[in-house]
Amino acid sequence: MANQTSATFENQAMWAGGRSPFNLSYGKLMMWIFLLSDAFTFSSLLVGYGAIRFSYSGSAIPWPDPSAIFNHFPFMHGYFLPLLFVSLMTFILILSSVTMVLAVEAGHRNSKKEVSKYMFYTILGGLAFLGCQAWEWTQFIHDQGRLDSNFFGITHQGYDHLKQVKFGDHFHWNPGDRTWGPVPFASLFFIVTGFHGFHVFSGVVLNVIIWINTIRGTYERRGHYEMVEKVGLYWHFVDLVWVFVFTFYYLI
Amino acid sequence: MSTAAAHGAHADAHEHHHESFIRKYIFSTDHKMISRQFLITGIVMGVIGMMMSILFRLQLAWPDQKFAILEFFLGRWAKGGVLDANFYMALVTIHGTIMVFYVLTAGLSGTFSNLLIPLQCGARDMASPFLNMLSYWFFFLSSVVLCWSFFVETGPASAGWTVYPPLSALEKAMPGSGFGMTLWLVAIALFIVSALLGGVNYISTVLNMRTKGMSMNRLPLTIWAFFFTAILGLLSFPVLLGAALFLIFDRSFGTSFYLSDIWLNGVGALENVGGSPILYQHLFWFLGHPEVYIILMPALGITSEVIATNARKPIFGYTAMVISLMGISVLSFIVWGHHMFITGMNPFLGSVFMFLTLVIAVPSAVKVFNYLTTLWRGNIRFTPAMLFAIGLVSFFISGGLTGIYLGNAALDINLHDSYFVVAHFHLVMGSAAIFGMFSGIYHWFPKMFGRLMNNTLGYFHFWLTFIAAYLVFFPMHFMGLAGVPRRYYAFSVLPEFNVWLEVNQLITVAAIMAGFAQVLFLWNFFYSIYRGKKSGPNPWNSNTLEWSTPVEHIHGNWPGEIPTVYRGPYEYSREDREEDFYPQHIPGDDEGHGHGAPKTKTAPVHTEEAPAATGGNVLFSALKKVLGFSPR
Repeated sequence: MANQTSATFENQAMWAGGRSPFNLSYGKLMMWIFLLSDAFTFSSLLVGYGAIRFSYSGSAIPWPDPSAIFNHFPFMHGYFLPLLFVSLMTFILILSSVTMVLAVEAGHRNSKKEVSKYMFYTILGGLAFLGCQAWEWTQFIHDQGRLDSNFFGITHQGYDHLKQVKFGDHFHWNPGDRTWGPVPFASLFFIVTGFHGFHVFSGVVLNVIIWINTIRGTYERRGHYEMVEKVGLYWHFVDLVWVFVFTFYYLI
Repeated sequence: MSTAAAHGAHADAHEHHHESFIRKYIFSTDHKMISRQFLITGIVMGVIGMMMSILFRLQLAWPDQKFAILEFFLGRWAKGGVLDANFYMALVTIHGTIMVFYVLTAGLSGTFSNLLIPLQCGARDMASPFLNMLSYWFFFLSSVVLCWSFFVETGPASAGWTVYPPLSALEKAMPGSGFGMTLWLVAIALFIVSALLGGVNYISTVLNMRTKGMSMNRLPLTIWAFFFTAILGLLSFPVLLGAALFLIFDRSFGTSFYLSDIWLNGVGALENVGGSPILYQHLFWFLGHPEVYIILMPALGITSEVIATNARKPIFGYTAMVISLMGISVLSFIVWGHHMFITGMNPFLGSVFMFLTLVIAVPSAVKVFNYLTTLWRGNIRFTPAMLFAIGLVSFFISGGLTGIYLGNAALDINLHDSYFVVAHFHLVMGSAAIFGMFSGIYHWFPKMFGRLMNNTLGYFHFWLTFIAAYLVFFPMHFMGLAGVPRRYYAFSVLPEFNVWLEVNQLITVAAIMAGFAQVLFLWNFFYSIYRGKKSGPNPWNSNTLEWSTPVEHIHGNWPGEIPTVYRGPYEYSREDREEDFYPQHIPGDDEGHGHGAPKTKTAPVHTEEAPAATGGNVLFSALKKVLGFSPR
């Protein structure tokens, strides 16, 4: 009877039980499903952002130009460097995704030493990103951005002023350039980047746990580095979300 | 045969390790225990929600009557025995919240997904038993937080179960917008975590943990329903999380996502600018509409299983049933706008939503007709479970028909927020889903507790509830058509609505009758857990895998190897079998056949081959395949 049944199963289509579909373990499958769900959370925030932002098109107080506001760079005070710092942040995060790929790849080769090395770089990248975000928030708050108020309304005079400065010029706002602008611009900045930052923070915590386990040889004993792959999926997702946040919030 | 041998051979292989009380009954990771935890919590919440409904029904029927007993129980919420108006709002809000989320989402889907997914797929447990346990405890915590809101000074949330801003966003809008509203949001956030943990588990278990031979097209329809339900929950609850996040910031941190300029007598009263309450409605209903199907689909799945088993016939159109579930799932994400026809939506957009909404009638009708055709000429056993399943079909029809009215934007503008809407959704997702839940409880009680429930009490329970539910909700259609608005505390100051007072009294009497019927159920349920007649391993002569496990619950479900599956789950009344059922795990000479109508031994081998592949023939045979017809 046993022979008969196994013969049947070779003919069975449609995922006849076992490790299917895609030959994924259930753990990785769960991570994928969770990420799909999390993508919807971020989508809801970004859709809310889009709806509010478009409600300001044609309004008397226009949505501020992000490049006019995020033009600071550490130790370069007084220079007009629009979006340079946030580009650096994006670069750091993407770089940390690259090191994560290298860690996963090293995991496939069961190379404990390399996994721990690249996990360390990834953690470093995550921490650097969080540090940058802290600086960015500080700068934003210093410039009078609050959850319930926004001093980033740019007047016509301000826009005229902006047109004359070029990348790298000395720059400071004249009195009368700025006024009270759309409040949601500031609140959304905190919510959207904050929610993403929270994800990065969770990712760093997860990465640290996995890194410690790697160093202690847990996965070497287990014979595979699947946990590294799972946090890798999460990390790439967080990275991808940032690309969207960057595009929608800063670039457009 | 092989399983019987396996039972004997491997019985000693299972280690009977001792478990502490806490590990076994409280922080259990066993899906069967977690399912019972969900069920009991759901029943407790259901009783709370039902008692609330009786309280506000009393108010609606006898608005000026003083019930001294109410003051005794409710204190200052019913001074002098008359229900406080603010508390009335809190009651309808929390009644809705409890019934929608705690009873019919967690209580229904949490119970039966947990019980049946591993058992019917042939898995030892969920993919991650630990996350499963967390899922229950987040749900429990959420229930506690929600109930806690009854004990805060300003009372629980009172903005309706949809908690629209600005009532929910401004803390001082009404008493119920205060701390009670904050607790509501916390409770829902915890609930979402629970739903996500559960959903991730259900999906991966169905996809990855099926036993040998259990291909997707051999899954019982219950599992298909739970599977799609989990997908819906997983994709829609996060959007509610985003909506709640915005709302929490609006309430507590001074943002204005949902608040625009609020003017009082031409003077700007609040500093909030820039947001829009409509944004909340969009985000909320993006969850809210799939949520309707999160509630309904498990009930439909249970009904498919119960009807096929008790009609002793294969379910009619298995593939059509699966495809209609899939169709409902997809459509449910793109129809949320029909809750918002009166928000000033662009009429073109409104007609798109209207069209998509009406399209849902198609898969729903496919399901109804398949239920009816499964019953048709069946050898029906009217067990209480079967009666409740048929009751679901009844409610699904009578409530679904009014959905076609409400889906029409032109009609909905008149009927919006009237009792017509109340009648519609209480029939189609309230009564129908709760009947599905009862059906499941009666049917799988022997699996959950090893004993049978009392049939006579079950019949009384069914008929009383069935009649009472129609008496409660049917007259509401006429009230709604006459323009009676929902959520009003009393109509005594609106003389034109006072003509409905006697109807309201009838409804209230029927609601109390329904309440008493549930007492019968509760007695039957709890008595049978301890004293019910002992059940055999397969009391309903059912085909599915869960009945191949021993009556006593053990870790890992099957003492020996997990049985192998040889055929679809609905092989009832086959002509080549002496018994009228053919369990999935019994080997036979028909291996390789999928679902569908039984095939006799004498049938020629190539009956289904098309004579000539003309276009019409191909289309017709494809249609036959889709609809699940096959020659009997």
